[in-house]
Amino acid sequence: MSEDTNLPKPERIPFFQRMLDNPFLLLFIGVAMPTVFYTLWGVMEVATIPIAK
Amino acid sequence: MAQFRVCPDSGFYFDRSAESLMKVNAVAGVVSLLIAGILALGVILTRWQDVHLLPADLFYQVLTAHGINALIFWVIFFEIAVLYFASSTLLRSRLAAPGWAWAGFALMVIGAVMNNVAVMQGNSSVMMTSYVPMQAAPHFYLGLILFAVGALIGCFVFLGTLVLAKDDKTYDGSLPLVVFGALTATIIAIFTIASGAIILVPTFLWSVGYINHIDAEMYRIIWWALGHSSQQINVAAHVSIWYLITGILFGARPMSEKVSRFAFLLYIFFLQLASAHHILVDPGVSSEWKIFNTSYAMYLAVLASMIHGLTVPGAMEVAQRSKGYTKGLFEWLRKAPWGNPVFSGFFFALVIFGFIGGITGVVMGTEQINLIIHNTIYVPAHFHATVAVGTTLTFMALTYLLIPVLFRRALFMPWMAKLQPYVFSLGMTIMILFLLGAGTLGVSRRHWDMDFTGAMLSFDYPGTAYMMVAVGGIGGVLGVVGGAMFLIVTVGSLLFGKKLEPSAGLFQGFCGLPLADSVYNVEQPPRLERAEPVEHHHDGFEAPGTFVLALALLVCFVVYYAINWDYLSSVWPIG
Ligand code: HEM
Ligand SMILES: [Cu+2]
Repeated sequence: MSEDTNLPKPERIPFFQRMLDNPFLLLFIGVAMPTVFYTLWGVMEVATIPIAK
Repeated sequence: MAQFRVCPDSGFYFDRSAESLMKVNAVAGVVSLLIAGILALGVILTRWQDVHLLPADLFYQVLTAHGINALIFWVIFFEIAVLYFASSTLLRSRLAAPGWAWAGFALMVIGAVMNNVAVMQGNSSVMMTSYVPMQAAPHFYLGLILFAVGALIGCFVFLGTLVLAKDDKTYDGSLPLVVFGALTATIIAIFTIASGAIILVPTFLWSVGYINHIDAEMYRIIWWALGHSSQQINVAAHVSIWYLITGILFGARPMSEKVSRFAFLLYIFFLQLASAHHILVDPGVSSEWKIFNTSYAMYLAVLASMIHGLTVPGAMEVAQRSKGYTKGLFEWLRKAPWGNPVFSGFFFALVIFGFIGGITGVVMGTEQINLIIHNTIYVPAHFHATVAVGTTLTFMALTYLLIPVLFRRALFMPWMAKLQPYVFSLGMTIMILFLLGAGTLGVSRRHWDMDFTGAMLSFDYPGTAYMMVAVGGIGGVLGVVGGAMFLIVTVGSLLFGKKLEPSAGLFQGFCGLPLADSVYNVEQPPRLERAEPVEHHHDGFEAPGTFVLALALLVCFVVYYAINWDYLSSVWPIG
């Protein structure tokens, strides 16, 4: 677009803000965290309980 | 034909298809609330031992349906409406894939009906947690699964709309805070629903006989990834609405966007881990797992809630002070619009959620003192403070705001709307406080008969426990009256409320039909510009009143926490 060249140079967006602006990255984190620490860890512990004879 | 209308009163832009979807989802939610409310009366009047209304089997059946209709159907239908509002109206974007959104809605309705039918038929009184090895009819689980798939589609329509809005450049800069909060809710919802699928699909197959065994402990762990996380969808959603309401009513701006966003980020990271507090007395998992998930992680999520609890009223205080309400610590609060149910509903929700729900939640999430109240009626008392007041009353407040804006009807019986948050909060608070007390004395939750008539092992509760449940019962009945007032106002508005737009007829209200074509006269709303940065004048404390309220919360918390530890030592004397 031609009018873009007239604009001042694009603002620098801080890293942290870029992360918050990325919904799919957040989605990944929000699913991975509980899956690992809650679900997988918990399920592993239950799965390793010895079977009663 | 243009796609958008602009609401002349509020300036909100509504995408035609998003508008219809918001309406039908909200209506379906309110219908679920109606069912849940009627059943609530059966529940509370049975727990109240002097009344003891229902026979045992009916009580468990009614309790199952009350929990599911209130906590799952009402809240999630409404949340889908909120997601469409946040992504489409607040971002001024058309909705992505309305066809899919309708398909999702249809699945949710079919699922909700199917599940209710299963419970009504009587062989599925397994409570909303449906713990195995109790078995419900297959269509009980299938209904829940269909409902969840429908809600998942809604989440993806929300994400799709975010992408669309970005591509269409309908807004400048980052997502507005309220939309960011809605995104947080969506992310938690996706984890929630995935967990639900992992556990409910095998359970469904087990109920039809394809799988012969589901491990009870596995079930509990994975089910609570669903059960607890779904409550965190509610928290993220109602906190976002608090920001929205203070913005609309007071022109309040978040005290610090950065801090508020960071708090939502903490939710995304940590909130769901606290699911482990439901497993605190289970023998199958280690203390490491319990303590990591409920203390280190949970406190970070609690920190986030405290940040929101501070910044929401803080922002309101700053806005009110800038309007000249600067006398003393609390003029800003005294001069708030207490007669406006949007405000009073939101504010009571915030206070009861924070003071009662928050404090009891931390107590219950602490492994040691959890033992005092585990599986007592303290637990439902706690979550009625969080969901039945925090979330539900926030949604009610938002509904009062949306009836004129979205449905284009004036409120029916505004005096009743004005009183409603007071009646509902008062009733619920009485119920909650007294059931908390009864739970501390050991009264079980989900228990039909406090007298243990004819039981092999019986137990005599002290007279105070009976008294507390009875007073709780009176509060509960008042709460149901408050709920009925909400339904009268909302349904009444759609039926008889003055039409703010001539074409806002009955079908437009209840069935989500669009208004007259001529109303949609905006091709594309102007781009949502970035708000000017907030000016900070650093002449002392910006929000001293809020600070004092926060200190009061802290004091209440510390005292109550200490009392519980002390009580623990007397419940289980050592030596
Ligand atoms: C309007 C007034 C309400 C009253 C009087 C009421 C009363 C009750 C009572 C006394 C219980 C506990 C019964 C027991 O454990 O023996 C209960 C359970 C429950 N309530 Fe409510 N409630 C109301 C509204 C709500 C709302 C608005 C929600 C959610 C948004 C809700 C969600 C639940 C859930 C999830 C359960 C647990 C069911 C179970 O144990 O499986 N309630 N209700
Ligand atoms: Cu929980």
